[in-house]
Amino acid sequence: MEKWSRFNVASVVLGFGFLYLPIVLLVIFSFNESKLVTVWAGFSTKWYSQLWHNQGLLDAAWVTIRVGLLSATCATVLGTLAAVALVRYSRFRGRVLFSGMVYAPLVMPEVITGLSLLLLFVAIGLDRGFWTITLAHITFTMCFVAVVVQSRLLSFDQSIEEAALDLGATPVRTFFAITLPVIAPAVFSGWVLAFTLSLDDLVISSFTTGPGATTLPMKIYSQVRLGVTPEINAICTILIGIVALGVVVASIVTKRREVHRERDERAAIAAIG
Amino acid sequence: MMKSLGSIRRSFAPWADPASKPFISVKNVTKKFGDFTAVDDLSLNIYTREFFALLGASGCGKSTLLRMLAGFEQPTSGEIILDGQNLAGIPPYRRPVNMMFQSYALFPHMTVENNIAFGLKQDGMPKPEIAERVAQMLKLVKLEKFAQRRPHQLSGGQRQRVALARSIAKRPKVLLLDEPLGALDKKLREETQFELMDLQQELGLTFVIVTHDQEEAMTMADRIAVMSHGKVVQVATPAEIYEAPNSRFVADFIGDVNLFDGTVIGVEGGSLRIETTSGIQLRMASPEKPASGAKAAVAIRPEKIRISRQPPDHAPVNTAEGEIWDIGYLGDMTVFHVRLKDGKVVKASSLNAVRAVEDPLGYDQQIWISFGEDAGVVLKD
Repeated sequence: MEKWSRFNVASVVLGFGFLYLPIVLLVIFSFNESKLVTVWAGFSTKWYSQLWHNQGLLDAAWVTIRVGLLSATCATVLGTLAAVALVRYSRFRGRVLFSGMVYAPLVMPEVITGLSLLLLFVAIGLDRGFWTITLAHITFTMCFVAVVVQSRLLSFDQSIEEAALDLGATPVRTFFAITLPVIAPAVFSGWVLAFTLSLDDLVISSFTTGPGATTLPMKIYSQVRLGVTPEINAICTILIGIVALGVVVASIVTKRREVHRERDERAAIAAIG
Repeated sequence: MMKSLGSIRRSFAPWADPASKPFISVKNVTKKFGDFTAVDDLSLNIYTREFFALLGASGCGKSTLLRMLAGFEQPTSGEIILDGQNLAGIPPYRRPVNMMFQSYALFPHMTVENNIAFGLKQDGMPKPEIAERVAQMLKLVKLEKFAQRRPHQLSGGQRQRVALARSIAKRPKVLLLDEPLGALDKKLREETQFELMDLQQELGLTFVIVTHDQEEAMTMADRIAVMSHGKVVQVATPAEIYEAPNSRFVADFIGDVNLFDGTVIGVEGGSLRIETTSGIQLRMASPEKPASGAKAAVAIRPEKIRISRQPPDHAPVNTAEGEIWDIGYLGDMTVFHVRLKDGKVVKASSLNAVRAVEDPLGYDQQIWISFGEDAGVVLKD
């Protein structure tokens, strides 16, 4: 290991400080005794217990979780199918256009995605509420799933699919018995990503929501306009916790597989020698 | 047991019998990928229980042909008949053939046992029978102890045997092998070659193997098809391919060869007189009698050329004087590069049958080379 120079230490501190200082402040003040957000008056968890009595926040949280679970699941199915089609059938006409179109929503301004979805829902006369938010979230998260799954499929040895076909499995059976189990970690990572994206989306939800379907970010945003309360800090801390847990779980799943594999391979090599 | 296998092998030559029907018939098959022609109007017959090798450099179309037999590619034109059935349009999962992949293509998320059972399950075979067949296969490839391992917990050689067991578990009519030994080291590869041959005899299957390794093809195959640029150049037994190549390409591709370019200057009985471009006159046996003045090339393998310190006494037909230019000691034999008077360098090899030679041939030594009139073949081009 090389020695850390002062310059390197400074760079790291500055960089991470820039990234995490606001979040750390938020987490610290969620444990503040005082009602004033900017004045520290001692440690307390009272704002967390008060959350359980704020029916509005709890309802919003419940809507958010339902939207997240449903949209992440649908987006994972659609995104995986799109990724498989794009990687496997690389010779079909218009592939470049199609793959570009899958990725476009990644860079599309959310305002535009939200507005266009709103226009669509109005045009087809769909009542706005829980289902429109869910549909909108499926739309914008599926391309993230497609990207994650596609990158896994690119390093996938296609001959194992051919071997399955050769041994008498139909293409559909091959997909479920061979392809899907092998790419499962990537599909799971895609699901976690879609879920967290859905969890913290504000813009698209605001455009496509209707009466009775307020998600947590929308609720927080509207409350903040009336002034930040430590309660908001508390709920945000919980959200951060959930998202961080999701990311950590997803990366551990991927990492553990790799570590296992490497260890087994080393063992196999040692056994020959 | 081994003796009877040998006798089967010796007498096995269905291709020479006009009454026997081919098991696989490839008829005028062409395969194009865009502008590139991978297989070009190719026809072949392969017989039941034959060990057939497709041999060629990479990109010669041999793998594409194999993949068409497996059903992963469809011919652009022409047809493939297997046991009387036209394979056109039949997907890989409905063909009575199985393939062993170059990368082995083992299912990484399944145990060795489940890998082998996979094909049997697809056929809806009852469970006890599957278990019995899997156990039989594991025994055959000597992997009984590894049934519960995953592929990444195995060595390369073990993986290769799992791939083999999986591909023969369904008792296919034909087993296709795509460079099956390519990933093994030399020693293991040589052992496995003989194992594969014994296995093929034991199971009575038809094997079609793709390889770029000529020794592998020569060792294992009953017949070899030498391919180049999507076409078959010669189909024959290993001995015929080696001793009687039908073209310059085959002569040069298989083993080492000395080629003398020249012109036919006359016919004497069953032999041709040929004058090489450098002025040496050679007399070679040839069933064909081209007219004088026709271009011809004489191909002679290095081990068919004799080296002597004195001019040979009872004059073999062809002799030439030269000096030793280079010596390559290979252990089992020594290769001499002999520079003839006209400047042409000829390779001659001799077996090192004795451990210590009193007065070995040295550099720059004046010697004579000689060979009989049937030591080589006359090629038309």
